Amino acid sequence: MINFHVNGRPVFVDVEHETPLLWVIRDVIGLTGTKFGCGIGMCGACTVHVGGRPTRSCITPVRNVSGAQVTTIEGLDPEGRHPLQKAWIDLQVPQCGYCQSGQIMQAASLLKDFPNPTDQDIDGVMTGNLCRCMTYIRIRKAIKQAAAELGKGASND
Amino acid sequence: MFKKLLIGLVALGVVGCLGFAGLAWRPAIAPIAPPSPESFSPELVAKGERLAKAGYCAECHTTNGGQPFVGGRAMATPFGVIYSTNITPDPETGIGAWSEAAFARAMHEGVGRDGSHLFPAFPYNDFTRVSAEDVKSIYAFLMTRPAVKAAPSATTIPFPLNIRALQEGWKILFFRPGGFQPVPGKSEEWNRGAYLAVGLSHCGACHTPRNVLGAEKTDEPYGGAVVDNWIAPALTAANPSPVPWSQKELFRYLRSGVTIFHGIAAGPMSPVVHGLSSLPDSDIQAIAAYFADIDHAAERSPTADPAVARAMSYTRLVSARDLDPGARLYAVACASCHYNSGPVPLADRPDLALHSPLHLPDPTNLLQVVLRGVSADEGIPGVVMPGFSGLSDADVAHIAAYLRRTRTSLPPWPDLDAKIATIRRSISASQ
Repeated sequence: MINFHVNGRPVFVDVEHETPLLWVIRDVIGLTGTKFGCGIGMCGACTVHVGGRPTRSCITPVRNVSGAQVTTIEGLDPEGRHPLQKAWIDLQVPQCGYCQSGQIMQAASLLKDFPNPTDQDIDGVMTGNLCRCMTYIRIRKAIKQAAAELGKGASND
Repeated sequence: MFKKLLIGLVALGVVGCLGFAGLAWRPAIAPIAPPSPESFSPELVAKGERLAKAGYCAECHTTNGGQPFVGGRAMATPFGVIYSTNITPDPETGIGAWSEAAFARAMHEGVGRDGSHLFPAFPYNDFTRVSAEDVKSIYAFLMTRPAVKAAPSATTIPFPLNIRALQEGWKILFFRPGGFQPVPGKSEEWNRGAYLAVGLSHCGACHTPRNVLGAEKTDEPYGGAVVDNWIAPALTAANPSPVPWSQKELFRYLRSGVTIFHGIAAGPMSPVVHGLSSLPDSDIQAIAAYFADIDHAAERSPTADPAVARAMSYTRLVSARDLDPGARLYAVACASCHYNSGPVPLADRPDLALHSPLHLPDPTNLLQVVLRGVSADEGIPGVVMPGFSGLSDADVAHIAAYLRRTRTSLPPWPDLDAKIATIRRSISASQ
C-alpha cells in the first residue's frame, strides 16, 4: 500500500511498487489530464508536480512518491483559471492539445523560479516538453503573458 | 641434522599456534534471563533510542521491508557475504540472554557473549570510542524492543577466513580499543563532534579508505572510499567540491539533507541524515564544526566564491541545437530541472556544476543518481527525481561525458560504458 496526496486529497493505492506514477494517476485514480507520450522521460507529456516541482511521472515509480504531494493539471487551479491557463485560452495555444497539460505544468514551475523569464530561461526549462504540432511560438507568448499578469498581481500586494 | 631442524620447526609451530589460540580466547559471559522492560527507566530508553538512531543500528540490522533489528541484511565484502545478526531481545536467536556487560564487550571489543570474535563488518573499531554511559542507554533501548525469533543466515566467508579466532590476528594488527580521548586545544564543540563522528556515527567506516584486509587506513582518515557501488568522497581538504564545505553548509547538509552549494543527501547518505535527526542542533553543529576543521574550510561566504560564479555560468548552458548528442539529451531530459540562469544557486534547481559527482575521479555517484533517481524521502523532503534507466547505456554515457566536459575542466572519465553496466547490475540486484 502506498499513501500519498493527489491534488490535496489523500490516496491509498495497492499496486506494484515499480508502477509508474503516470499509470496510477490515470488508471487507478482516474485523472486522465496527464498524458503518456514516450515512457522514457523524453517528451514531457506526463509532467506533474511532486512537492511542487515538475516531475516526469512516466519514469517515477509510485514507491518514490510515498508520503508526497502530487499535483496534476486538474489540480493546478481549483477553477482552471491559473494565469497560464487563462493565457493559453486567450492566445488559443493548443492545436491537438496532447502535450499541453505537460507544457502548462512545466511552465507553472518555470514562472515560480523565474518570474520574469527570458527567452533563454524558457528554452532551458521548456525544451524537455515536445510539441509535434509546433505551437512553441504561442507557448512562449502565453508564458510571457502569464508572467506579466503574475507580475502585476505581485505589485498590487 | 635435518630431522632435528624439522622437529624444532614443528615444535615452534605448535607453540605458536597454542600461543595464538591463547591470545584469541575470550571467556563466555554467562547468559541471563532477558531483563524485563520495566527494569529500565523511560529516560534511559529514550536516550538509547536517540543514540541508536544516530548510530544507524537499524540500518544494518534490518532487511529491506523487514522488522527492525531482526538482522539478515546481506553485506557484500571482498571476503564473502556477511549477514547482520538479530539484535532484538529474543533469548535464542537475538541478544535476549546478553547481560549489559556482554553487550558492552561487543561494542567495545568486538566479542560476542559466547566469547567468539565478531567480524569487523560490525564497526566495533569505531564503537569502541562510545562511552560506557551511552552504551548503557543503547542496551536499555534494544532490550525494550519486541523480541523476534529469527535466526540469521550463515555468512558465506570461505574457510579458513571464517575461523572466528583468526579475527584476533586482525585485531592485533588493526584494532586499538579504548574510549574517546578529547583532543586538548580543540573546543568543546569540536570534541563533541569528534566523539560522535569517530564513535557512534562512525563516519570513517565509509569515508576512510580500507586496506586489503578491510581495516580502515588510520594514516588516511576520511580520505574517501568506495562502499556498495557508491563513492564516499574525501571529507578532508582533498574533497573535490568546487566550494569548500563550511560549517554552515555541513550543518545544513547533516540536519536537513539539503544544501545550496553541495546538493542533497541521496543514496547511502539519506539514512545518515534520517538517523542524525534524533540529535539536537548543538550536536549537528558539533559534527559540522569538526569536519569543517578537518577540511580546512575557512569561514568565507560561498556566494562570493569565484567557483560559484563559474559554476553558474555553466549551469545556464543548454542547447538542443548542439551537434553533441550529450548536449541534446541533456537539454531534453535534464535541463527542465537543472537549468538555472540566476545569480545564485537554488536548492530546487540542483546545480550539477557545483555538486561533487561531476568532480570525482569516478562517475559512479553521478550514474547512480541518473539511473535510480531520488525518492521523496531522500534529499529535499517530498521532492523526487525520476530515474533515467530507460535511456540506453550509450545515451547515459553521452550525458555524463557532456556534463563532465562542459561543467568541469577535469579530464574525461574513461570506461563510462563499463561503469554504467556495473551500476545497472548493482541496482537490479538491490531491488
